Order: sequence, then structure tokens, then C-alpha cells
Amino acid sequence: MAYTETVDAHDHHDHPPAGIWRWLSTTNHKDIGTLYLVFSGIMFFVGGAMAMVIRLELFKPGMQFVDPAFFNSMTTVHGLAMIFGAVMPAWVGLANWMIPLQVGAPDMALPRMNNFSFWLLPFAFTLLLIGFFVPGGAPAGGWTLYPPLVLQGGDSFPMAIFAIHLMGASSIMGAINVIVTIMNMRAPGITLLRMPLFVWTWLITAYLLILVMPVLAGSVTMLLTDHFFGTSFFSASGGGDPVMFQHIFWFFGHPEVYILILPAFGIVSEVIPTFSRKPLFGYEAMVYATASIAFLSFIVWAHHMFTVGMPLAGELFFMLSTMLIAIPTGVKVFNWTATMWRGSLSFEPPMLFALAFLFLFTIGGFSGLMLAIAPADFQYQDTYFVVAHFHYVLVPGAIFSIMAGVYYWLPKWTGHLYSMALGKWHFWLSAIFVNVLFFPQHFLGLAGMPRRIPDYATQFADWNMVSSLGGFGFGLSQLLFPILIWKCVRGGEKAPAQVWEGAHGLEWEVPSPAPYHTWQDPPSEAQIAHGAEH
Amino acid sequence: MNAGEELRRANRSLTAKLLLCVAGSALFGFALVPLYRVLCEITGIGDQQTLRSAVQVREVAQQGTDMTRTVTVEFMTSLPTVGNWQFRPAQETMAVHPGKLYEAHFIARNLTGHDTVAQAIPNIAPSQAASWFHKTECFCFSPQSFKKGEERVLPVRFFVDRALPGNLDRLTLSYTFYDLSTHVAAR
Amino acid sequence: MKMKKSGLLLSGLAAALLTMVAPTAQAAWALNMTQGISAISRNIYSLHMMVFWVCVVLAVLVFGVMIYSLVRFRKSQGAVPDTSLVHNTKAEIIWTAIPIAILVVMAVPATRTLIETDDATKTELTIRVTGYQWKWGYEYVGSGVTVLSTLDRDSNFARQLGSGIDPNSVPNYLLNVDHALVVPADTKVRLLISAQDVIHSWWVPALAIKKDAIPGFVNEAWFKIDAANTGLFRGQCAELCGRDHGFMPIVIDVRSKADFEAWLRTQKALQQPADAAAPAAAPATAAPASAANAAATVRAAPARS
Repeated sequence: MAYTETVDAHDHHDHPPAGIWRWLSTTNHKDIGTLYLVFSGIMFFVGGAMAMVIRLELFKPGMQFVDPAFFNSMTTVHGLAMIFGAVMPAWVGLANWMIPLQVGAPDMALPRMNNFSFWLLPFAFTLLLIGFFVPGGAPAGGWTLYPPLVLQGGDSFPMAIFAIHLMGASSIMGAINVIVTIMNMRAPGITLLRMPLFVWTWLITAYLLILVMPVLAGSVTMLLTDHFFGTSFFSASGGGDPVMFQHIFWFFGHPEVYILILPAFGIVSEVIPTFSRKPLFGYEAMVYATASIAFLSFIVWAHHMFTVGMPLAGELFFMLSTMLIAIPTGVKVFNWTATMWRGSLSFEPPMLFALAFLFLFTIGGFSGLMLAIAPADFQYQDTYFVVAHFHYVLVPGAIFSIMAGVYYWLPKWTGHLYSMALGKWHFWLSAIFVNVLFFPQHFLGLAGMPRRIPDYATQFADWNMVSSLGGFGFGLSQLLFPILIWKCVRGGEKAPAQVWEGAHGLEWEVPSPAPYHTWQDPPSEAQIAHGAEH
Repeated sequence: MNAGEELRRANRSLTAKLLLCVAGSALFGFALVPLYRVLCEITGIGDQQTLRSAVQVREVAQQGTDMTRTVTVEFMTSLPTVGNWQFRPAQETMAVHPGKLYEAHFIARNLTGHDTVAQAIPNIAPSQAASWFHKTECFCFSPQSFKKGEERVLPVRFFVDRALPGNLDRLTLSYTFYDLSTHVAAR
Repeated sequence: MKMKKSGLLLSGLAAALLTMVAPTAQAAWALNMTQGISAISRNIYSLHMMVFWVCVVLAVLVFGVMIYSLVRFRKSQGAVPDTSLVHNTKAEIIWTAIPIAILVVMAVPATRTLIETDDATKTELTIRVTGYQWKWGYEYVGSGVTVLSTLDRDSNFARQLGSGIDPNSVPNYLLNVDHALVVPADTKVRLLISAQDVIHSWWVPALAIKKDAIPGFVNEAWFKIDAANTGLFRGQCAELCGRDHGFMPIVIDVRSKADFEAWLRTQKALQQPADAAAPAAAPATAAPASAANAAATVRAAPARS
């Protein structure tokens, strides 16, 4: 096979160079995966610090700490940092680490591009974050960048646009790498329908990324030319339309939210069977459900815009198509439940996080169903109800499953078992506080509190205080996570190759820690047979 | 050795193919200009075609007026900045019969203190009614030059399509008057 | 400084917990949406409640099965996995078909309500709403009466960074304006919503109307308030519109038809001579917009050219 030769051609050294140069020049999928995950962790705390500022200002009515313009920057950059800095790089990092191990490939298909796509990210986020120090302050028009408001931004506006271009380029390259790896580098015997679900969901996610990131890049470029080069794409004065931006943006934005959540489905579909000691129920149905969710994500975008004044036919179409998403999502939830049915369950940290995902993501799904009802959405749109909804699907949804994945594979990466007690503390504190933080926001939204406001009427004071307390608790409990990881990297009980009793998959066929180079020789028939029991 | 050379050759040919793709894409970009022209000619989208059909619909309009139905048309104006223009409709509403041609007037006055050019951008509410509201002549079709302090009456000729859905009985024609000189200066 | 503040906040929390039991005029610890003051808003409320209860029932069923499996099939209790249970076509068809049926049941009333909100025929009064950074302008089309509605002074003082004024001491903090939008009850009123600078969104929960105000474009909405529901109702701008997005509330003052006509006549008389004398500015004074707003006198908004 062609790839064996190319891999041999540049992987002569078995031992990487020491020091910083190893990380700058690495083309090893495990090193790059680690870089992505560390970067994602840093951005998670940067974005989290901004969330703490937001919750601090909202702790009680009145303006106590920050200026409203700075508050708007906080919400804007919090959103951008969490979506593009924390969640997406975490998925790419997990993909880098695990996809080659799971499909029996020696590395990602395009290792040099892999290095490049990672190293774009620190520059992109530096550019975004130094916006706080330029005239006019950081971007404050919301992460959705709606014109004409975003065009009122200061010097940070073109910097943010360029940062988004860089993030988009990085994501596209990451996605190409994933697709090429999965399509060309699976070990003989790993057919598409024998791939683990994490690989499947990532394959579909990668296609979504390639399809929509250019749309985002195009729309922000149009913003740039509107601002600096006298075009009027989004300005009525030259025959343009600000609502057109929203259509283009959400044509990117809705698939984007599935980019954030589909790999989570993959992780949960790995973790629940392992700790239920039972194969995943309805494997093929899961694959088809994922694919149909991905397809539907392209025809529902305007449900983010029910209040812009669409014609009746448009509102009806987007309402009905959005409701359809409940069907494949429901199939997934039922399949996970059926996987646990008549299993033999144990509750290690990965399973706990996956179970919290199952319960809390379902709650997010229910509020999503409510939001789909267009007339009711006239009341929900742009309130804290929406904030509660998307934080339920993104925090206990995407972020909890990233944590489930990290807890699941951490012994494989480091070769050490981590402290189960500390992991359970992290879980219980996170799971309790995340609900204290976000559940009251449903009530706030229904009672009429708009989102993205730095101060509120006194009748919203009580639930905001509860929510802020939950926020501080959630923020503090996350500090346990890096502590646990650091301790696990430094030492601990030696982990066996098969870390979890019920785990299946090729990653458990290599020793722990996974050597620098794995699957130089494709896995044997027996290994595949053992690994591929879903 | 042999394998390495083969690989280099394969890479070279791939690079050449990719460069060809880039060149092809660039060419396609320029080729879109004549392609769009042809497309517009076939589908009837485009300036000359629209103007020609506007004359035709006026004739159609005058033939068939639906006297049984009355639709109220409201006129509204707005200005993106306060103080340097006066711009108002000469009449607030008109009761019109679908299919009949009407003329309405707007009055604009240049208070900017210099000669300038302005462009009115029309808008119909509710938006879905736009397909049944036809302007045959309008001051919004082209930029309007104004001398310093000049006041002028600007006409619009329009008719409401007979096919206007029955659940619409009131339309709003609104114009926003953008001063092109400030518009360009703001860039 | 900040430490001291957070200490105060914590003691404030304890105090808040104690005072919570005392009944207040404001809906503290509110859990749900308002039913509103029009037929449409009540329709939307019942739609919301229907979907909510459907979700609750589904949640009880789904979470019930999940919790049962978590308890029943624990390894620590000696559960043995049944690894043959990986597929069951009958079950899969059932749990695909039942959600479809539920969705259809929900879609029918939702569609009906949507069509109802879309029917803007036979309106009796048109009010033009314009969003500015950061205030609302209203114009009663046909009478030329205009109202410019900004955050009231008390709230505006209290909301400044480090003002030292306790928001609880300001009545209707951040939800009060100098000049309310006066509207008649029992009348089908049409709103033409637009904006001058950036996108805003006009939202009054009691009317269940939220419509974006888009510069250069005009959006349409309508409401018909029940004859009995006069009084003041409050809302806010719902679309991020810059620095003071949180500080451009909406207050509607619903009056009986006769009261409204009288108010409009007075305003017209007050604003028209002002227009003739000084077309650009010259505010005139008028009667208070309402009893509750008695403190603030209504000044006629500058006539817009």
C-alpha cells in the first residue's frame, strides 16, 4: 500500500526531539492530539473566566463591576472562545489521538498539514484576544456578528474577522485530514460498518465542517468588504439586506452546532456500552440517525430567525423541519437507554459523565423541541430560555462528553490510572452545579428576561443570584480537572492495555501508554475481531 | 530508491493537476460574467427585460381593474440621519383598486447645505406583498440630484396586482432616503 | 474593595432569603410565561403549556426507564449482561413511529396559531415603531402624533456603574420609560416596525409580540387587546443593539377606546402648533401619560421631518 512507504519516508526517528522543538515541529498524531487538547483546556478556562465575569455582574441588579460595553465583549468573546477555542479543538484533539488508533492506522493521513492546522489556532486566538487592548475594545456585537451592529466595532473588528478566517482554515484542514484518514487508512478488515461510532460521527462531522466553514468565511469576508471597501451586501442603503447575513450565518451556524455535538454522540456511544458490558444497541440505526441529523441540519437554519419577519410559508417550513430533528435524536436516546437495559452497569467517571450527558442533553432536547414551535418561539427568542437551552446541550452535552472521553482514554494516553475518587468529586460537583447554574435560566427566560443584558429588572434578581452561585460553583469545580490530569500524567498505578473491563476497540489492543508509533503493522485478524465487537 | 523517485514523480504530477485546478477556478470566475449574461437573458432576470415587461404590465393593468376590491396603501418615509433632509409623503394613504395604475408623490428637501445626490430605497410591508406591488415608474429607480436647499416633488407610479392574496387589505410603501455623498464619505 | 463588596453580597443573599417570604408586588421567583392580554397571547401561552406537558410526560417515561435500568442492572448487585440484546426491529419501529405521531399532534395547533398571527387584515390603527440606539420612537400614522420613549431618569441614574443607588428602591427598575406608548384596548392595532441604526427587536411579553426592527426594512405585527385589560405592560429590546441594549425598555399604556381618542386629540393639539412654530425641536408639555407615570410629565417628542 502506498501509505506504508510515505510513512516510512519521514518517520525514521523513533524518538522525538526534546524540548519545545518537538512540539513545534511534530507530525505525530498523538503529539498533535495532545497539543489540541491542552490548547482546548486553556481556552476552556479563558472562556470560563469570562463567564465568571458575566455571572458576577449578573449576581444582583445594578451595575457593580463592569461597563456595559465590556460586558458585551465578555458575552461575545466567551461565545467565540468556547465554540472555536474550547469545544472544536477538543474534538479535533480527540480525533487526532483516537481515530488512527481505532482504525488501525499508523498516523493521520496528512501529518504536516496536521501540524499546520494546529499551529494556526494559537495565532488566531491571540489575534482575537488582543482585541481587548486595541481602541474600541474587543468585539462586542455577539458571537453571531450581526450587521449593522458588528460594523460599529473598533479596531478589533478586522482582527476578529481574520481570527475567524484562521480558525476556519484550521478546521477545514483538520476535517480534510480526518476524512482522508478514515477513507484511506483503515486497516484491512475494518469496513465502514465495523468502525467505532466515534469514528463514524467524526466522519460525518468532518463533512459538515468542509461544507459550512467556507460559508462562514464568505459571510465574514462580506462584512469586511462592507466595512472597508464600500460594498453594501448587508446595508439597505446600497440595496443590501442585513437579514441576508443572518441567513448566511445560520446556514453555517446550525450545522456548526451539530459539529459541536455529533462527536459527543460518538463518545457516549463508546462509553455507555463499555460500562454496561454490552454491545451498543442498534449500531446501524445510530449511524443512520447521525447521518439524518447531519442532513436535517442544513434545512432548519432559519429557526434561529423566527422573529425577523419571514413570510408564513417560511416560518411553517422551518418549524416543521426543525421538529423532525426530534426523531433521529429520539432514536439515539432510546438506543443508549436500550444499551443499558439488561446490562451490567458500573459507574466509573467516564460512565458518570456519559450518563449526565444522557439525562441533561435530553432536557436540552426537550427545550429545543419547545423552541421549534414558531409561535411560542416569539416568546422564547432572544431570552434566557434560549441561553438555558443551548447551554444544556453544550455544557452537559458537548463538554461533559469531552470529559467522558478524556476520563475514558486518559489511562491509555498516560499509562497511569487516575484517582477515581477525585474524578467522582469532579463529576458530582460539576453535575450538581451545572443544573444550579442553567436550570433557573429557563425560568428567567419565561419570565421575560432578554439575553445579553448586563443588568436586569428587580423581579429577575432571585433566580439570577441562584444561577450565579451555581456558576461560581461550576467554575471552581472545573479546577479539579487539570489537577487530576496533571497527577495522572506525573504518575500513578500502571494502567493495563485493557483499561476497562468491558471495553472493545483497537485502541485497547495497544499497550498503555500508547507507544509513540502504533499500528506500524496493521492489526491482526484476531485483534480486529476482538476489537470490532461493538 | 526507485520507490522514492516514483513518489516524487507522483507528487509532481499531483501538484501540476492542483495548479491546473486553481487556474481553472480563476478562469471560471471570469467566465461567469458572460455566463450570467446568458442566464439572465434566458430567465428574464435583468434590467432591460424588467423595464420592457413593466410597460407590458401597465397595459395589462389598465385593461382589468377590480372595482369590487379596495386595498389601502400607506406611504411612509424614513431618514437614516436626523436634520439634513426633509422627506415626507404628499399623501398619507390611498384607497386603490387592484389592477389600476395610480400615482403618488413624495416631497424631499435638501438641507445638507450643499449640492448632493440621494437614493431612495423602497420597501413593502408586509414583505410577502412585495410580489404583488408593481412600480412602473419610480424616483427610486435612480439616484436623485439635489441643489443646495432644493425642494422637489418625486413621483411614483404603481399598481397592485389583481392576484393579491385576499388576506391582505393594507400595504405600506416606505422609502428610506440615503444621502449618497455621506454614504460614500462614511466609508 | 471588591472583597468587601462580595462580602456584602453574601450577607445580602441571607437577607434576600429572609425577605423572600414577604409578598412583593413584583413576580419574584417567577417560573412561567405570562398569559398576556390578547387572544393571540393566550393561544401562544396554551401552545407553550401543551408542548411543555408533552415534554414532561416524555421526560417522565424516558428518565423513568433510564433510572430503572441504572438501579436494576447494577454490576454491584450482580447483574449479568445480556450481550445478545443488540437489535430489535419491532422496538425500533415503535420508538420512531410514536415520536412522529406526537410531533404531528403538536404541529397542528402550532400551525393554526401561526396562521392566525399572520392575518393582519381589518386593522383600525397603525402605529409606526422605530428603534434607535437606545430608545424607541412611535408615530401614530394619520394623526402625526409622535412619542419618543427612553429609559426613565430614576432607572438611568441607578444603573450607572457604581451609582450606589439600590435598584430595589427604584420602582420598575429598568422597565420604566419617560413616555409610554399609549394604545387603545379592543382595537386591532397594526405596528410597522423599523430601525434607524442597527437591528433592535420590539418585545412586549404580554402581547406575545417580538418582531425585529431592521434598518431600511419595515416589519409588520398586530395585536388586539381585550377591552378589560387596560393598564401598563412592560417589555424590552430583545436583540443585542450595542452598549445600552439592556436599557431601552418598552412600556405600553393600554386605555379604553374613548380614553385613547381623547389622549390622541390632546396630543395632536399640543404637537401641531409646535410643529408649525419650530419644526425641528421645541418640546411641549402635556398631561401625564398615566396615573402610574404621574411623576414624569409627557413632553411631546420632537417632530420628525
